[in-house]
Amino acid sequence: MAMGRCTIFTPSGEPLLKDIDCALPVHAKATAPAVIIDRIAVAFGERRLFDDFSLRLDGGRTTCLLGPSGCGKSTLLKLIAGSGPALLTGTIHLDPPDAKPECAWMGQDDLLLPWLSLIDNVLLGAKLRGELTDALRLQARDLLQLAGLSDHEHDLPSRLSGGMRQRGALLRTLMEGRTIVLMDEPFSALDALNRQRLQDLAVQMIYGRTVLLVTHDPLEALRLADRVVVLAGSPARVVASFLPPGRPPRRLDSTEIARQYGELLAMLMDGDSL
Amino acid sequence: MKTRPFLLVAGLLGLWQLVVVVAGPPAYILPGPWPVVKALVTQFSVLLSHLLTTTLEMVCGLLLGIMLGTSCALVMIISSRLKRWMLPLLLISQALPVFALAPVLILWFGYGMASKIAMALLIIFFPVTASFYQGMRRTSPELLQLARIMGAKPLAILRYIVVPSGLPSFAAGVRMAAAVAPIGAVVGEWVGSSSGLGFYMLHANGRMQIDRMFAALLLLAGLSLLLSFVVDRLLARLIFWEPEKGKIT
Repeated sequence: MAMGRCTIFTPSGEPLLKDIDCALPVHAKATAPAVIIDRIAVAFGERRLFDDFSLRLDGGRTTCLLGPSGCGKSTLLKLIAGSGPALLTGTIHLDPPDAKPECAWMGQDDLLLPWLSLIDNVLLGAKLRGELTDALRLQARDLLQLAGLSDHEHDLPSRLSGGMRQRGALLRTLMEGRTIVLMDEPFSALDALNRQRLQDLAVQMIYGRTVLLVTHDPLEALRLADRVVVLAGSPARVVASFLPPGRPPRRLDSTEIARQYGELLAMLMDGDSL
Repeated sequence: MKTRPFLLVAGLLGLWQLVVVVAGPPAYILPGPWPVVKALVTQFSVLLSHLLTTTLEMVCGLLLGIMLGTSCALVMIISSRLKRWMLPLLLISQALPVFALAPVLILWFGYGMASKIAMALLIIFFPVTASFYQGMRRTSPELLQLARIMGAKPLAILRYIVVPSGLPSFAAGVRMAAAVAPIGAVVGEWVGSSSGLGFYMLHANGRMQIDRMFAALLLLAGLSLLLSFVVDRLLARLIFWEPEKGKIT
């Protein structure tokens, strides 16, 4: 069983337990590499987004990143994807270091190409890399069936509902077969029911990968995260980091979750006024 | 459904006839529809050969213009260094009035079709270049980022993402080009030629055969409409994913 070093913070941001071994939830395999963000500094013009910022994303786990708008959540995601601004200091590396630095991306917008059928959209990555094979096509078809989209395989995105499109975007992300998955508010454009369905599907399918999910929604974080991390301030720092009890996707009707939701909300409001 | 075009044409013809009846201009100023139709019939074989010339000039000019326009746009999107050289050249090519260039083109390319095709090409390629280039530049940055994270090479991004993203704008440019293609061909024929509807019109005008001139004009209008219609149909097939947008009612 892989162990990670971590610090547990109180909701007010005080470190409670420093640099302890934290046993990871037992349900996940830790075959995917951990992402280690090591004392990075990043500036946008005059403004320092990050200064001496460190965070570890445990391998094979889902980390949900919460924080007020503009605190640098999305930038952090882009930095890991290698498409963000340049690091002034520090590094972002993987553990084990010889793991392939490849990731898959899913954003708020489904970004389906309007001129490709749903299945071709799901296979976009392979097509762009010139690696399209019949085996992959079969795999995509299986995934579409799992996601309940078999009947719409050959439809153009304009003929699909918002929920279907975002499901397609999720499948496209999964087809990449990457061990690291970066998600930037992937469910926020959906209505409550579709959001919950897609979250369940995502948890089921993303199992065992290293996921960083940026969200505005504390409930979403509590439902999906192995670890919840809250950022705030400028430059951003981690004001809280904890492991909600149980395994995702969690039911939202327990008193423990309700209590944590209240605390998270208070923290986010504080962070917003920083 | 399909009666509207006929109603429109009939209405225009009626209006024309009305003006002729009410104002009573001499036939060498404005002939009525009937003499023009008669001219169209009696001169049909002659008109047909001129029509063929003009059609060929327009279609060739359009095809070559689209090819040149597309190539220019692609070069500009691929290389920003070349773009900085090409942009002023393109602007200069449009700053020179094409009508003023017509005599030069005829001097260089002769009295035949080549000079008219060059003329049409010159006014056609620019709208195609400008709109296709702008369309490709407006490719969603998130889409480009996604493609890069997927590990796509620049050429694959161009082929699968950037070019299709630019196609709707390209279509708008081509529609515009199809609408101005007849101007290039006809102006070229006016300045110097021995064949084509423009030449025929000038010829008829010189001999006060205004009915024949109008007959040629009618054919030219029909040809332009047909060209626009065909181009529109082909483009709708090219950008099959764009539903009809912007309908208010």
